Amino acid sequence: MIKLGVVGLGKMGLSHLSMIKAHPDVRVDAVVDSTGYILDVLSKYTGLVTFTDYQTMLDSVELDAVLIATPTRFHGPMVRAALEKGLNVFCEKPLCLTSEESRELAELAAERGLVTQVGYHNRFVGAFREVKALLDAGAIGRVTHILAEAYGPVVLKAKGSTWRSQRTEGGGCLYDYAAHPVDLLSWYAGAPVGVGGTILGSVFSENTEDEVFSTIYYPNNVSAQLSVNWSDESYRKMTTQITITGTAGRIHADRQEVQVYLRDTAPDVDGYDKGWNVRYTTELTENVWFYLRGEEYSAQLNHFVKRIENGELDDINSFASAAITDRVLELLTIDAEAGPATLDANAVVVAAPAPRRGLLRRRS
Amino acid sequence: MDRLLFGDNQFFGVNHMSEEKARAQAMRFQDLDAVMEVLDTAYDEGITTFMCTTHERIAEVADRVRQNPERYADFKFFPGMPYAHKYADAVTENGMLGAVRKFLPEEGIMNAMLRGGASLAKKDVEGLITLLVDAEMAMFRGLRTPVIWLQNVVVDLLLGLGFTEAFSIFARHVRKRYNAEPGFITMNLPMLLDALDKAGVDNPIVCSNINKIGFRMSGGIEGYHEVLETRKFRAVAMSVFASGAIPAREAIEWISEQPNIESIVFGASSRANIRSTKQLVDEFGV
Repeated sequence: MIKLGVVGLGKMGLSHLSMIKAHPDVRVDAVVDSTGYILDVLSKYTGLVTFTDYQTMLDSVELDAVLIATPTRFHGPMVRAALEKGLNVFCEKPLCLTSEESRELAELAAERGLVTQVGYHNRFVGAFREVKALLDAGAIGRVTHILAEAYGPVVLKAKGSTWRSQRTEGGGCLYDYAAHPVDLLSWYAGAPVGVGGTILGSVFSENTEDEVFSTIYYPNNVSAQLSVNWSDESYRKMTTQITITGTAGRIHADRQEVQVYLRDTAPDVDGYDKGWNVRYTTELTENVWFYLRGEEYSAQLNHFVKRIENGELDDINSFASAAITDRVLELLTIDAEAGPATLDANAVVVAAPAPRRGLLRRRS
Repeated sequence: MDRLLFGDNQFFGVNHMSEEKARAQAMRFQDLDAVMEVLDTAYDEGITTFMCTTHERIAEVADRVRQNPERYADFKFFPGMPYAHKYADAVTENGMLGAVRKFLPEEGIMNAMLRGGASLAKKDVEGLITLLVDAEMAMFRGLRTPVIWLQNVVVDLLLGLGFTEAFSIFARHVRKRYNAEPGFITMNLPMLLDALDKAGVDNPIVCSNINKIGFRMSGGIEGYHEVLETRKFRAVAMSVFASGAIPAREAIEWISEQPNIESIVFGASSRANIRSTKQLVDEFGV
């Protein structure tokens, strides 16, 4: 039985708590949050042992692991304290606000032989795993380009008072949203050699960005484009998509399905034909012990638990892998400051005309 | 409960198979007339129960039904709540108390404020839960709602947390105030039945995925077989076609062989699909 503490009971923390508490191999011995109210309700109705102070909890409860889901700026010190106590750590994404700190924590965990994992749940989505398997099999030949996209309706007006609207706390579209497609890029293409043309644009937010666009350069002439917008109401919920072009075909995937086109020149791949192939989530997804909001959320926690029980299992989303993604986020921030690389010296900027009404008439 | 219940996923761009299909449906059903046309088709095929969310557009459907009592003489709603997005957005914008205020029922603001405010202060969830249920139910005033569901995200969140008392509070309130049966939607059927036992909810109506390929049946299909054979509850099967992964005939034939399933909920957008589902269910005598 793994003795675990859950730290931070916001949107992610509460659902992690629900899933991990239902895990047959886990016992939740402590929960920590700075808000007394939610702790009191939980303690009264579920009997959970609660703390308002993280260090007090670490000092007084004997644990095997902690699950940290606090705002990003707290991750570094909290993770370090847990590792120094010899605890295995699952931490929400992104790991840290600087990649240097992420790398240090990865090294510390490695020295102590502790299991670490970061909550990039897309690596547990059946469709995105299938993409990885196809790439590893060389299914579409030599990859030339990857388009990574994420859109959704998070910030739809110019307000917001939580940490998610503050860049300094790890809020904003880059760290909160774009981190997901960027992490998929790290998984599929590895660490980049550079980035260019990055735009961190505001749609509504005053203190952070709502859209992220960039070109990312990888070794061997692989390029990627990143297109992310969390102020897009036309999407019902967050939608992450990957499109990969290769010399022998093309892969398009989202959470629900994988569409693969294989040219005649493509190598034979088990279960796939030349031409179009579609695989749906119903065939790519395995059942989990407990379902709350998507199999991938349960599956990632299960993997963390299984790795604590059996150190031989593959690490998925270890701190070392998350540090690569954190480095890309850092590069994007630096690059965005630079502005356009090639300026038109003759450009004349004119004021945009006001929208004219009546131009678009309904055709009868 | 009727054998067949008509669901509402298709109206709101929810499709577990394809985001393209989901978007096409969202476009088509932007117009309320398009929604009503499909509901009318189902109703005229003899499927008179509409199992729906409390999406604000359902309030418009409720208005239409209220305005035409003769046309919809047998129309029943099985509302499922809460509509989670609505609350998540309101809590983000207005904070917890602000969100509660925003969804006050029409019955009298003072009463509701007292119930909500007092229970927040006392950390007593009973007042809060009943208040939120009443707020969600406001749109169905004067209509028939013989079953009221608690949605799966909330049921399963509470289930994981071990917050079983919330289930009995919900059940008591729904029975007493609405003279309705409480229903629970879940992705974790075997685990939920144990929790409902503990909460003292007798012979509960429970809706969960039940399909031939075991899609989204947590803990595995064997556990589902076992509880269908042995436990006392009223089972409603959803996702019988596993989002289209199982051919209709095969799916209905299989479900007809499972014991103790009282109803099937399905969604469809065309008369042909509604009619063929109805015919298959009649043929296999589900």
